[in-house]
Amino acid sequence: MTIDPITLSVIGAGLQQVCDEMDLTFSRAAFSPVIAEANDRSDGIYAADDGSLIAQGAGGLPVFVGTMQFSTRTIIEMIADGRVLPPEPEDIYIVNDPYLGGTHLMDVRFAKPVYRNGEIFCWLSNTGHWPDIGGSVPGGFSASATAVEQEGLRLPPVKLFKRGQMDPEIYAIICSNIRVAEQRIGDVKAQASALQIGEERLGQLLDRYGDETVCAAISELRLRAAQQMRARIAEIPDGIYTSQAIVDSDGVVNEPLEINLAITKVENSLTFDFAGSSPPCQGPMNSVLATTLSSVYLAMRHIFPDVPMSAGAFEPLMIPTPTGTFLDAHYPRPVSGCAAEVSQRIAEAVFAALVGPLPQRVTAAPAGTSGNFGLGGYDPAKERSYVMYQLSGGGYGGNADHDGLSNGCSTIGISKAPPVEIMEQQFPVLYRRYALREGSGGAGWHRGGFGLEYELELRRGEARASFVMDHGRVGPQGVLGGDDGAPNEVTVWRDGVAYTPEHLSKEQDIPLKAGDRVEVKTPGGGGYGDPARRDPARTAEDVRLGYFVWNSEGSK
Amino acid sequence: MNEMEISGFVAGVDVGGTFTDLVLVDPETRTMRLAKTPTTPKNQSFGVMQALSEAQADLATLALIVHGTTMTTNAVLERKLARTGLITTDGFRDVLELGRRTRPDPYGMKGVFRPIIPRDLRLEIPERMDADGEVVIPLNEQAMRKACAALIATGCESLVIHFLHSYANPAHELRAAEIAREIWPNDNITIGHALLAESREFERGVTAAVNASVQPLLTRYLDRLRRELEKGGYTNDLLIVNGNGGMVSSRFVAAEAAKTVMSGPASGVMAAAYTGRRAGEPNLITYDMGGTSTDVSLIRDATPAVSGEIEVEYAMPIHLPMVDVRTVGAGGGSIAKVNDAGLLEIGPESAGAVPGPICYGRGGTEPTISDANLILGRLNPKTLFSVESPVSMQTIRDVFAKKIGDPLGLDAEDAAAAVIRIANARMAGATRMVSVSLGIDPRDFALFAFGGAGPLHAVAVARELDIPRVLIPGRPGITNALGCVVADLRHDFVRTLNRPVAALDMAQVHGVLSAQTAEGRALIEKESVVTDRIDALYSADMQFVGQTHLLRVSLPGPDFERETLQSLFETAYFDRFRVHLPEVRANLVNLNTSVVGVRPEIDLSVLIDRTARKAILEEACIETRRVRFGDGWHETPVYRRDQLPENASFIGPAIVEQMDTTVVIEPGDRVTQDRDGNLIVEVWINA
Repeated sequence: MTIDPITLSVIGAGLQQVCDEMDLTFSRAAFSPVIAEANDRSDGIYAADDGSLIAQGAGGLPVFVGTMQFSTRTIIEMIADGRVLPPEPEDIYIVNDPYLGGTHLMDVRFAKPVYRNGEIFCWLSNTGHWPDIGGSVPGGFSASATAVEQEGLRLPPVKLFKRGQMDPEIYAIICSNIRVAEQRIGDVKAQASALQIGEERLGQLLDRYGDETVCAAISELRLRAAQQMRARIAEIPDGIYTSQAIVDSDGVVNEPLEINLAITKVENSLTFDFAGSSPPCQGPMNSVLATTLSSVYLAMRHIFPDVPMSAGAFEPLMIPTPTGTFLDAHYPRPVSGCAAEVSQRIAEAVFAALVGPLPQRVTAAPAGTSGNFGLGGYDPAKERSYVMYQLSGGGYGGNADHDGLSNGCSTIGISKAPPVEIMEQQFPVLYRRYALREGSGGAGWHRGGFGLEYELELRRGEARASFVMDHGRVGPQGVLGGDDGAPNEVTVWRDGVAYTPEHLSKEQDIPLKAGDRVEVKTPGGGGYGDPARRDPARTAEDVRLGYFVWNSEGSK
Repeated sequence: MNEMEISGFVAGVDVGGTFTDLVLVDPETRTMRLAKTPTTPKNQSFGVMQALSEAQADLATLALIVHGTTMTTNAVLERKLARTGLITTDGFRDVLELGRRTRPDPYGMKGVFRPIIPRDLRLEIPERMDADGEVVIPLNEQAMRKACAALIATGCESLVIHFLHSYANPAHELRAAEIAREIWPNDNITIGHALLAESREFERGVTAAVNASVQPLLTRYLDRLRRELEKGGYTNDLLIVNGNGGMVSSRFVAAEAAKTVMSGPASGVMAAAYTGRRAGEPNLITYDMGGTSTDVSLIRDATPAVSGEIEVEYAMPIHLPMVDVRTVGAGGGSIAKVNDAGLLEIGPESAGAVPGPICYGRGGTEPTISDANLILGRLNPKTLFSVESPVSMQTIRDVFAKKIGDPLGLDAEDAAAAVIRIANARMAGATRMVSVSLGIDPRDFALFAFGGAGPLHAVAVARELDIPRVLIPGRPGITNALGCVVADLRHDFVRTLNRPVAALDMAQVHGVLSAQTAEGRALIEKESVVTDRIDALYSADMQFVGQTHLLRVSLPGPDFERETLQSLFETAYFDRFRVHLPEVRANLVNLNTSVVGVRPEIDLSVLIDRTARKAILEEACIETRRVRFGDGWHETPVYRRDQLPENASFIGPAIVEQMDTTVVIEPGDRVTQDRDGNLIVEVWINA
């Protein structure tokens, strides 16, 4: 069946609209701030036969680009071989097993079959980051877990909703294994209702254009997306482009983890070879395959933001399984750092490899860490325990167009940081400083953006501080002659004595008492191009604004 | 309500990006005069005076002038701001530059951000409150004096005092302001909590900084305009439309200048609400399509949706209650292209005003939505000859054939039809996203079309959204100016409490709302404007404990029981999100009062000159021409809007032309003209 190009455009936009409405419905109805405000969620439409991505909401968290096609495929396969109960209309499967096409355990996926005339037409799936999934650390970001069991409750694909009704027994099991369980129902209902809205809207699209036409459009759109991605890849000269990115440590063994990447461009496709990267690690900085693949996809989407997300766009991106490395972790390797940190190092490796052949499009390395600082303790004045999270931005890389942005959010996120005033309302802390980190941007023709520095004091009671950050060992890479950005720094002041975590950017449960302070300096972005080429007027302006302090060596 | 009775003309003036529009109403004779003059960007008062003179307004007898302005909006977007200094809490001067750690676009690690006050003009002094409003570090008065002096020495003419947790305890900000007033050379001092007593230091700080940065500019502009008006003999008050859709005296507006950002769009929405209420359509989605973009807003029960979290551009929040107008993309100048995947796309690039669409004859070479409307006969081809250097229809068709037709295998006409179809689908999708985000079903609303291009596309967009009716007002192109004439006086108040409902001191709640009402009444009574009555509207911003996003809940009055609050919230939450959460406790964050001085009614039928009206429909038909709709070409009657007989009623296809816009009625749609001269289109929906 051939389809005219205008109807094709309209159906393509219609499928995208279904996903965007699911995203919006999920966020608007979600209870948890992490979903409702930070948009740590994503929704999409997946093929009935192999779970491949048909369309995904544009407002989803970048780290989820393409991930749900792996979990959906796993569900389809497990149904086929009888390990999972066969679907019926209005069923919703729940799964968060990282090794079955996931990320970390906190990312909980729902998948719902959409029926047309008694057959499954496609799947709708969404992911929401739950604020807690059990395990040894509230919130789930462990710096030192050595097995996935310590990281929380692991759910294989099971039907949470059976013919539209939630299974109270499965829900009870989940609630018995997670913290603040009474608030979770608000997120579960939101996640399910987003799929419901998606099914209704998709049904309207199918009724209007006919199942057969939409089916033909989906196939054609897939071909066209591949064609579009190939047209972009054609900008890259044939060749092999290599890079390296370093994870500070796994949080348990204080050795750097290497990501070694060789990208081969030939015949308008790219092969991403991670062979020679470090072997699986003891601590939680392993990545599961789905996250590794998604990290490459999201990096490419940052480079070519106008190519829509679909399985077609991913076709020209070949990623052999990096067997035997920490980028292809298997049970029971701990993985809680993969979505927030390792993913960003993978993206950095992709940027570093492709900035040479695509100097107009690719930036120097951004700060590339979620800057996760957790504080758990007991507030004697309010007579309650608390867990506080401070996520922070950092500098972005300089690029062909301009200097890097200061205090941008993580490469894989789009969320806002909480205001200091809200943090102080909720937790017994006082921020002494929340400031631009002077001098942290890597020098360059276009310099890197600046990181953030903050210092906070525990006012009452006792608490434990934990850090899951990165780029403490080396700063974000400068490119084409630009300098690296400043590395991440963590200092804990206890009784006025400075303590630096052994792993620099990662440590679990550092005890604090009232009056102790935590000081964090986040990375600056890498510089782009030779600093000697920088317009002297702009350097003088940087000095005038106090971004850099003038010294005998020049501007920095 | 007010001592001074006013009779005589009322003028509404809206200064837009391209044109200054004026509506002059004589309530006695029920007549209206209109004027349209080019906007004079350097000094908008020239354009305003020109418009008044073109309308032959007698300034000496004019009762009232109400003014909507884009002056402050443009100043912010173009960063043409007064030199402004910030004095803030030690350790926090970079808050305005760091923002909330975001980026301009989800994908693409590029983008820039310019803080509204540069770093060298942001100074810190020792002082600190905590979240409970307790002093942690006392205000260092000597440092405050020094900082003020330093900013004066660098030539600052406006000052922001912004301290952490000032919403909880304003003592330091108030004392610092006292000190500043001793030495600051003028009245341009903005105190953070005074404008917005809400927590969130970035948003409150930017709001205050925007206010301070435009205050001297607005003061100078209004002084100049008032002088010009006085020279012409005008003796009454000049009123300004605020972003909340209410108006306020130009004598008081500058102190809260940030409230005038969004003045223009807000007045358009107020006119829509007013028109809709009189037409029996209190629930509207407004659809304002201009040259570069389309704005959408929501009106429920004749009341525009208001948001306290407007973002003027990336990372530029103004957290003051303003009419919630969302820009959703395409305008008449949006450019169509075929992308690498061989798919037709509209925008985001726009030909803007210069060079503009090809048909403007200003050198535009890219195919736009306006050009497609011309090819299809939806716009009158004769307009091609009314520009400076006319372009032939063939030139436009050639561009469509080459740039759109060839890659898609279509001829020029089919290419133009494809552009219109994709554009309508896209604008419908974007409008739908706004309605979903506001928790409403568009099918329960009518579409109110205005702006130069709104009535060209509104019926098709409504059909895409299953919206049953479209309302096209008498003068779609001057809706903003009309909004100035019908606007009410309005003052909004917000007070943060941030307590669980169970722990609220209800006496305090009632006290806050009563005090806000009294303050609003006092302000309105100071104004020299006739009002029929003063209304007060109450609401609370609430959430479940553990949430961070807020839901605005309407309150029945200043006095109510604790239980009422909880149940109103639960009902509102269910209406919006379809979720019942009886197991979780509610939290009250803000109490809000809006005090409205309602002005006398104006008869909108005066918008259309009655003298041109014909007795029967056929006489209003000036020609027929071939027009292409979704189902092909139709020989289509073209009507003159002002010639349509009273109670005109007809079925599409039809084109209705008027000075300020063209209305496209598609085949099968039924049109009737109501007593106010609105066209009501019943959208034919293929069931």
